[in-house]
Amino acid sequence: MRYRPEGLAGEPEVEESGEDGTPDGAARDGEARDGEAARASATAAPSAPASNTATATLTPTATATGDQLARWGAREWLRWMWRQLTSMRVALLLLLLLAVAALPGAFFPQRPQTPEKVAQYYLDHPDLAPVLERFGLFDVYASPWFAAVYLLLFVSLVGCIVPRAIDHVRTLREPPPRAPRRFSRFPVRDAFVTTSTRDDVVASATTALKPYRVRREEARGVVTLSAERGYLREAGNITFHLALVGLLVSVAYGSLVHYRGQVIVVEGETFANSRIAYDSFDAGTWFAADSLDPFRMQLDSFTAEFDETTGAAKDFTASVTVTEPDGEPTAATIKVNHPLRVGGANVYLMGNGFAPRVQVRDASGALAFSGAVPFIPQNDATYESRGVIKVADTTTGTQIGLNGWLLPTAVVDADANAFSISPYPDDPALVLDVWSGDLGLDDGVPQNVYQLDTDGLTQVTQQTTADDGTETTEPVRVVVRPGETVDLPDGLGTITFEDLPRYVGLDLRYDPTLGFVLTFALLALGGLAGSLFLPRRRVFVRVGADDAGRTVVTAAALARGDDPGLDRELQRVLTPLRSGPGSGDAPPTQSPGSTA
Amino acid sequence: MTELGQLSLYLVTAAMTCYLIATVTFAIDLSRRVASAPSRVREPQLVAAGAPAEAAGSATADAAALPPATPVNGAARTNAGGAAEPATGSGDAAGPTQVRRRAAAIGMSTFVLGALFLLIGIVLRGIAAGRVPWANMYEFTMVAVFVASALFLGIQRRRDVRYLGTFISLLAVLALFLALTVLYTDPAAVQPALQSYWLAIHVSIASSAMGVFAVAATTSVLQLVKDRAEHRGTAGRLAAKLPTADSLERLSYRINAVGFVLWTFVLISGSIWAEHAWGRFWGWDPKEVWSFVIWVVYAAYLHARSTRGWEGRRAAWFSIIGFVSILVNYYVVNFFFSSLHSYSGV
Ligand code: HEM
Repeated sequence: MRYRPEGLAGEPEVEESGEDGTPDGAARDGEARDGEAARASATAAPSAPASNTATATLTPTATATGDQLARWGAREWLRWMWRQLTSMRVALLLLLLLAVAALPGAFFPQRPQTPEKVAQYYLDHPDLAPVLERFGLFDVYASPWFAAVYLLLFVSLVGCIVPRAIDHVRTLREPPPRAPRRFSRFPVRDAFVTTSTRDDVVASATTALKPYRVRREEARGVVTLSAERGYLREAGNITFHLALVGLLVSVAYGSLVHYRGQVIVVEGETFANSRIAYDSFDAGTWFAADSLDPFRMQLDSFTAEFDETTGAAKDFTASVTVTEPDGEPTAATIKVNHPLRVGGANVYLMGNGFAPRVQVRDASGALAFSGAVPFIPQNDATYESRGVIKVADTTTGTQIGLNGWLLPTAVVDADANAFSISPYPDDPALVLDVWSGDLGLDDGVPQNVYQLDTDGLTQVTQQTTADDGTETTEPVRVVVRPGETVDLPDGLGTITFEDLPRYVGLDLRYDPTLGFVLTFALLALGGLAGSLFLPRRRVFVRVGADDAGRTVVTAAALARGDDPGLDRELQRVLTPLRSGPGSGDAPPTQSPGSTA
Repeated sequence: MTELGQLSLYLVTAAMTCYLIATVTFAIDLSRRVASAPSRVREPQLVAAGAPAEAAGSATADAAALPPATPVNGAARTNAGGAAEPATGSGDAAGPTQVRRRAAAIGMSTFVLGALFLLIGIVLRGIAAGRVPWANMYEFTMVAVFVASALFLGIQRRRDVRYLGTFISLLAVLALFLALTVLYTDPAAVQPALQSYWLAIHVSIASSAMGVFAVAATTSVLQLVKDRAEHRGTAGRLAAKLPTADSLERLSYRINAVGFVLWTFVLISGSIWAEHAWGRFWGWDPKEVWSFVIWVVYAAYLHARSTRGWEGRRAAWFSIIGFVSILVNYYVVNFFFSSLHSYSGV
């Protein structure tokens, strides 16, 4: 069953092309299929031994004999492989393969995106995880097999599209191909007689064919116009494919030279753009240190607004002052969807929370810790936040670890459970457990600043006697509010909650290719729309005279691909030609094409 | 505010009821037997291609190349000529006189009513929430259903595609039922990550693309049904009502082409938005993975159409697989994959 009408497009040409001698436009149009067919038969021979799905379906019309195959040298095989690789069928299979190859990344946790889930997967499936690891399933998009699929696809794409582009340029330089001798096999055609003179008809046809490129030929009193338009359709297809290559190259280059860093900045503090200032930093292999523009940025204030009823976040705004190396300080704001552009990089607002400023004095009363400690919100609606204060520099030698909650609007219920009822810091409190001993900071093992390594620590507890006389051991909870100083249990010292600034989590990203990526993406979109929606049409108009001396017009139209408007287009061209006085739709006795 | 939200809910429920009635009446229309002799009455816009030339009667030898008179259900496959489409299927479908298609007329009216209710429901919902009405899954679903309906009605203005009616209505009923029972959330403002004009652009196009692909996939399924009938040479009542597989294929292609361009734009606008909101334009988040896979599947579909041996039936499968992936992307990924794209309240 034939589904595509353009299969027919080639047919009248096939009949005539020998005679025309000019490069055959319709065959060119149908290249994807006809070229393929030619290749298919030319390459059918080796397809028999290599019985993969792609080649097994080739028609074995030109089956080569065994010794023909044996005579194939490396060159022939290479050429054959190249032809296979650049065929539509292999392109299709590679596309399918790409779709399938991309899927595992949606099912297995991916290390670059969610490293913690990969770790969890190792715990949950200790046997399976190493196997998945070996096949790169925890980092699908950087795995060699995924790269193999898309690189092959792009090699195929270039091998396919570049010759097509060259061909198209050649087409543009040449006049439209000759009209076939007979129009009878075109499904869209017309014929009529008119009382206008031949030259008038030709003149109005030429006017009607304005948007077309027209080739005019005259032989034995018969004028034939062969017109073609819609070259942009093919150009769009080529643009689309080449833009995809540009996109791939841009993204690849960007991943080589980019850098990205994360940093937490507390209100009032200043961040200086340098590698060591970041809490985490990663960069491409070609990253050059001088792409870090050494600007400074101070977080002046951060405001958060929440919905009164639902408590959902409504707006986050960070007000900053940026100082470029050679410039004046300038004020700017960063919002969630509005990154700040500075020093060639974009600064994104990724997170926020409270960083209670505390002072801890040890047993001897010496200042052992002072600073703002970021607490991480655990609940978006109430901003109950967890955090850890590590007090390492005690004069007594016993280090202190404090971990627990910051509650922006603290409420303690009858059962002594503390929680927060609002994200606004209306009545903040720190609720902390107390540990003493060795924080383990000197082991040289990097530690998570948001977690307490309790191996060398003991928790400070107390005995309580309930009303019924049972005794229980409970951790000691220290509750401290802004401005207060509270004794730590066991005579460990004191803690002062000074005030409650907010902090923001910022992401800085430098990627000089973003503009290219966007440009290629939009080019691809435009090219695609052109290649799918612009009609590529040919119109042939032949004007001659019949035996009775009347002017006879025969015409036909041809389109590339599906073109429901083709018939209307032919009528648009022909309508002005019919308007001579006394002309009519009476069928001519003979078509001028056959008289010629 | 809440009253408007409530009113919107009533309207959407009413729309679902209309679609349900349309499903039934369209189905009744389809189940009617086709008159044994096909009417030769053609719809005016369908007189295309071969007809004038036929009248012109150019060289007699060529007459053979013209499409043969078409029997019911197109058992004799016409060649791929553009002329095939007008004469065949729609001729059958429009064949029996209008009286016999009263059910279809009722179906059309209730369908239009349903789409209208839905549209007003969507608009009121937007007013109630004080933002564009496509910010959560309940709303995406409504927009997609509306776009599918509008597309169906738009195509119907140009040619008779009432045979699609029962299937589009059924999809609409199922989708709205899912939306009202499982996905419903009260209208509310959106979280900061979603406050961007890209929300308006990206999400509306994504939901529309879903509606567009739904219509195309439905057409592709019918194409497969008809194709089977053509190959067996027998046609059930449904197949008898359908135009040729060829013609269904072209319809499905035209819709998919629009859908593919929309989807390409969805990927681009989504990347721009992700760049603004998350600091990276592409991060292989599960939602992004699926969107990419969908795009590649439809690219494969378009390729399949121009690859010898893959056009027609096989290409139709791509169109169906593509739509199934879309459903997975919208409904499964949001619930079962943890993703940055977890939308407020479902
Ligand atoms: C990144 C992978 C690719 C994607 C996403 C892609 C996408 C597309 C799309 C969407 C179309 C439809 C446009 C139209 O019908 O005019 C198309 C057409 C086409 N593609 Fe690709 N393509 C890819 C790779 C390739 C490769 C590797 C080849 C060569 C073997 C190729 C050759 C063609 C040709 C010849 C057409 C025109 C088909 C026709 O005129 O009917 N493409 N491609």
